[in-house]
Amino acid sequence: MSQIVPLFKREFLGYFRSPVAYVFLSIFLIASVGLAFFIGGFFKANVASLSSFFNLHPWLFLFLIPAAGMRLWSEEKRTGTIELLFTLPVTTLEAVLAKFLAAWTFLAVAILLSFPMIITVAYLGDPDWGIIVTSYFGSILMAGAYLGVCTVTSAMTKNQVISFVISVVVCLIILLLGFSVFNETLTSVLPIWVSDLIANFSFSTHFEPFTKGIIDPKDLVYFLSLIGFSLFINVLVLER
Amino acid sequence: MIEVKGLVKTYGPKRAVDGVTFTVKRGEILGFLGPNGAGKSTTMKMITGYLRPTAGTAIVDGHDVAIDPVAVKRKVGYLPESAPAYGEMTVQEFLGFIAEIRGFRSSQARATQIERAIRLTHLEPVRHQSIETLSKGFKQRVGFAQALLHDPPVLILDEPTDGLDPNQKNEVRSLIKSMATEKAVVLSTHILEEVEAICTRVIIISQGKVVVDETPAQFQARQPGARLDAIFRSLTQSDT
Repeated sequence: MSQIVPLFKREFLGYFRSPVAYVFLSIFLIASVGLAFFIGGFFKANVASLSSFFNLHPWLFLFLIPAAGMRLWSEEKRTGTIELLFTLPVTTLEAVLAKFLAAWTFLAVAILLSFPMIITVAYLGDPDWGIIVTSYFGSILMAGAYLGVCTVTSAMTKNQVISFVISVVVCLIILLLGFSVFNETLTSVLPIWVSDLIANFSFSTHFEPFTKGIIDPKDLVYFLSLIGFSLFINVLVLER
Repeated sequence: MIEVKGLVKTYGPKRAVDGVTFTVKRGEILGFLGPNGAGKSTTMKMITGYLRPTAGTAIVDGHDVAIDPVAVKRKVGYLPESAPAYGEMTVQEFLGFIAEIRGFRSSQARATQIERAIRLTHLEPVRHQSIETLSKGFKQRVGFAQALLHDPPVLILDEPTDGLDPNQKNEVRSLIKSMATEKAVVLSTHILEEVEAICTRVIIISQGKVVVDETPAQFQARQPGARLDAIFRSLTQSDT
């Protein structure tokens, strides 16, 4: 497992060796903060809280995380470096973990760079700090789950566009499962317990409690098991 | 050093490699010849542990690649075809990453290995240049430097002189020759003169099967006075 360190370093620093990191971080911050102001109604709410910022994260992640995750494996496949990587003394699991953790750390940096929003609400009023902490925690955790889906689609193709499109579609389906419009349609045809079960697989259902300051073990288990499952599939896809 | 036993690789109904068996001892340079698509690269990829054989195995320095691929990868220096490398890294950064993952964890041990590899492959003038900006000859040498960085007992080189000018070809050949006394080397090539110049043994593979396994002198003796490519053509005609 010590092999994860050099792999992680190469992957994480690799973002900053190309323009990818700077373009992505800029777009991410502009989009996340812009959405909070113009669609989330940050000022109109007249409350010193970041809920207008965090509530839109499931939608923001839908496009931005596949954009960050699509290159993870498909780039290695396209340039042939995957052959180099897997003739170095590393196991598939180590490579998968290192890559995932590097991309997740990068996303966490992107999310945390929105800290001027915290300064803003602290300046304007008296925010609930507990909710801000749990919201950031939940947001990073949810980013990991989105990323897990993207790593799998990325490992299946050497074409980044295909990887991006499939990631967006899969994430959209998982996201929509929790929305009432979608869920009511299901309830009309399926027994309630089945539609509840399906709604339980949604990102948003499990993210919401975090934005209210609640860390529920079942939400933690949901995100962590989604990450674990996708990494497991990732290893299987690569070892095929 | 290398013991290949009945390697088979099938892609659907096609048998890309069909029961290849040979051994390479320390001090030997094995020339791997064959038409394109005959199974040379596939065989090499199986020996290095990149591809899993459908049947058969390879034993490298006492480690079975089917049982412990990571141990084999530690012993092998491998130059994949067209020398893939992470283009956004500089030569020095890239070799630093390889050294770290090859187990040279202290910065001093790492520096020693990098200096040695750069000296052997004459990369000094471009060491701070990013790899994607290098010419084909230099890229090939970076791949070569990466393969011999950890001074492995086994070198597997897939077309090491491909894309080099005649002077560089000569240089690479004399480098391989000078290192071969304490190593087992397998190299694939399309240049028959290369086999004559440096190899101690030649294997011709055609349609996934070994058709010739002898010394270059014996190979020449098949048709005394004939050009090598004429003998090669008569042996591999069934492939075209």
